[in-house]
Amino acid sequence: MTYFLQNFVNALQWGSFYALIALGYSMVYGVLLLFNFAHGDIFMVGSYIGFFVATGLVGLSAVGVITLPYWLILVLTILISMILTAFVGMLVERVGYRPLRDAPRASAAITGLMIGVILETLNLIMLGAERYKFPELLQTEIYELGGVSVTNKKIMIVFVSLLLMYLLNLFVMKTKWGMAMRAMAYDFAVVPLMGIPLNTIAALTFGLGSALAAAASILFGTAYPVMDPYMGVTIGWKAFVAAILGGRGSIVGAAVAGFILGFIEIFSASVFPSTYRDLIAYSIILFILVFRPHGLFGQEHTSKLRL
Amino acid sequence: MNKRILVSILLLLVLSVLLAACGGGGNDVIRIGINAPLTGDNPKVGEGTKYAAEMWLEDINAAGGLEVGGKMYQVELVTEDNEYKAESATKANTKLITQDEVLLIIGPQSSQQAVPAGGVANDNKTPMISPWSTNPNTTLNRPWVFRTPFLDPFQGPVVANFATEQFGATKAAVLYDVASDYPKGLAEFFKAAWEENHGAGSVVAFESFTTKDQDFSAQLTKIKESGADFIFTPQYYSEVPLIVQQAHELGWDKPIVGSDSWGSAELVNLCGDDCDGLFFSTHYAAAGATGATKAFIDRYNEKYGYVPDDVGALTWDTLLLAQQAIQDCGEITGDLAVDRQCVRDALANIKDFHGITGDMTFTPEGDPIKCAVIVRISDAGEFEFFEQVCP
Repeated sequence: MTYFLQNFVNALQWGSFYALIALGYSMVYGVLLLFNFAHGDIFMVGSYIGFFVATGLVGLSAVGVITLPYWLILVLTILISMILTAFVGMLVERVGYRPLRDAPRASAAITGLMIGVILETLNLIMLGAERYKFPELLQTEIYELGGVSVTNKKIMIVFVSLLLMYLLNLFVMKTKWGMAMRAMAYDFAVVPLMGIPLNTIAALTFGLGSALAAAASILFGTAYPVMDPYMGVTIGWKAFVAAILGGRGSIVGAAVAGFILGFIEIFSASVFPSTYRDLIAYSIILFILVFRPHGLFGQEHTSKLRL
Repeated sequence: MNKRILVSILLLLVLSVLLAACGGGGNDVIRIGINAPLTGDNPKVGEGTKYAAEMWLEDINAAGGLEVGGKMYQVELVTEDNEYKAESATKANTKLITQDEVLLIIGPQSSQQAVPAGGVANDNKTPMISPWSTNPNTTLNRPWVFRTPFLDPFQGPVVANFATEQFGATKAAVLYDVASDYPKGLAEFFKAAWEENHGAGSVVAFESFTTKDQDFSAQLTKIKESGADFIFTPQYYSEVPLIVQQAHELGWDKPIVGSDSWGSAELVNLCGDDCDGLFFSTHYAAAGATGATKAFIDRYNEKYGYVPDDVGALTWDTLLLAQQAIQDCGEITGDLAVDRQCVRDALANIKDFHGITGDMTFTPEGDPIKCAVIVRISDAGEFEFFEQVCP
C-alpha cells in the first residue's frame, strides 16, 4: 500500500509538468488549428530565463541591495519568467506563425520544428554546452507519512500547478479576452468580422501558453535542477502526446490527460520491468486513441476549444 | 576568347588539384585526429579532451616539433565534434581518415561512440586510441583499435568487492541507462560479479531508464522497496545529481556507488551536498597525487582554472602513447598506409609505459593492464583517494 501511495505521489508531481505543458499545445490548437512544435523549447527558454532571474535576485539579496526571503524570490522568479517567456512566445508567433497563417498546415508545423532548433542552437551558442544548475530556492524538507516520503517541493509543485490551471480556467471563462478566445475557437473565419482582433487574440494565446510553460519550467527546475539546451525536447513531445490524448483543443482534456500520462508512465515502471516503461505506457495510449480517436475530451468534427 | 577562358579554368583546376595533393601528403607535417564530444550531453568530457590535447601540442611546439628518426615534424591536431552521438562519431572518424588524412585518431571518449567509431577506424586500417572507453567491444577483434583505460569486466568486480567489504552489503540494486553502451555493459558486468559472490538473486533490483530521462522516482521507489543495501549507478555527471537527489527525497539514506563516469568536476557543482561521502571507482585521484601526475594537474589547473577530470589525464597519457608509437616507428615515409601500419605495430609493442594514470602494457587485444582506484567525494567536494585495486 505504501508502495502504491509513494508512486501515486511521484505520479502527481510528474503529471503536473505534462499537464502544464500540454495546456499550451491545446490552447494554440484550439484558436489557430495548428500545433506549436516549438513549445518544448519555449519550456527550455523559460527555464533559462528563470535561472537568470533567480540568480540575479539571489545575487542582489546577497550584496544587500534588496533583502528578500527565498520563498519570495521563488514567487518573483515564477512571475517574472512567466511574463518574459510570454513575450518570447508572442515573438515566436509574430515571426514564425503569423506570416504563414494562410499557408498549408504542414508548413506551419515545420516552422515550429525549425524555431525549436533555432532556440536550442541559439542557447548553445550564447551559453555554451555546459550544464547549469538551477538555484536551490527551496530548502528540501522530507516528511515521512506512514512510510511515504513527501517533500515540500512535491507539495508546492502540485499545488501551484493546480492553482495555475484554476486561474487559466477563470481567465478563459470569466473575462472578455477569454470569451474572445473561445469565440475564435468556435469559428475562426467569422469572429474577426465581429470586430475581434485576430492577431491580438493569437498573440495572447501564445503568450498564455508560453507563460504556463515558463511556470512549469521553474517548478521543474526546483525538482530536477540540471539544465541543458535540449531539456525541453523529450518532455515537449510527451506533453504533445498528452494534448492529443486529452482531445485537441480541450483545456480540461489537456490538464487531465497530462496527469493520466504521468500516472501511466510511473505505474508502468513500478509494476513492469522499467526497461519496458515507454513501450507499455505508449501502447496503452495508442490503445485509448484507437477507441477514442478524438481524445478523451475532444469533440468529433468540431475539435475546438471546449470547456 | 571562350577557349582561352576554358583553358585558364582547366589550368586552375589542375593547379588546385596539385596543390591539394601536396597539402594532403605534406611531408613534414603529422596530422593527428581528435574525435571528441564538444557539444551534446557531456560537453565537459569534450572540453577535458581538448584542453589536454592543447597542452600536449604546446609541449611539442615548444620543442620545435616532433622528432622522428632524426627529422623534425610539425604536428597538427584536427578536432572533430561528435556531439556525443554514435552516428556523428562514425562520421567524424570517416572524415578524419579520408578527408583530413590523419595518421591516427585519438577518441572517441565514451563507449557509446567509441564502439561504432572503432569499427570505422579498423575497416579503414587507421590506428585509433580511445582514452576513456571501458566497454570491451571497443577493441574486440579490432587490431587497429587501442585504449588507455582499464576495462569494465575489471571495473565491475572492483566495485562489487569494494561494496562487499566497505558496507558489508549482501543485497545490491543497480540503476542504469539501457540505451547507452557503457552503463549497460558495466551494469551487467557488475551484476555478474555480484551474483558470483553472493549467489543468484542477490541483485534485488536491476532497474533501467533511457537516455534523457529526468524522473527516476518510479525506479527508485522500487529499489527502496527491494531492501537493497546500496545502489550502484554507472551514469554520467549530468544524470548522477538527479538520481542521487531524487533517491534522498524518497527517503533513501544508504550508500550510492558509482563508476569512472562520475569523475567530473561538474558532478560536484551540479550535485551540491547530496553527493558528499559517496564512493566511485576511477582511473586516478586528483587530490593527493604526486610526481608527474601532480605536475600535470597543477599545470592544467593553472591554465584552465579547475582540476582536470580523469578524461583529461587519460587523454594526456593517450597522446604521449601516440607520441611514443610514432617515434618508435623511426621513419615517416609520407605514404599514409605504410605509416599507419607502422604506428599500429609500434603501439601493439609498447611495454611498461609510465603514464600519469598508471603503468600500462598492452594485451594483444589492444587493452592495457592497469590498476583502478576508489575515490571518496569529501565534504568539501574533492575527489579523495580511498584505496587502490590492482588486477
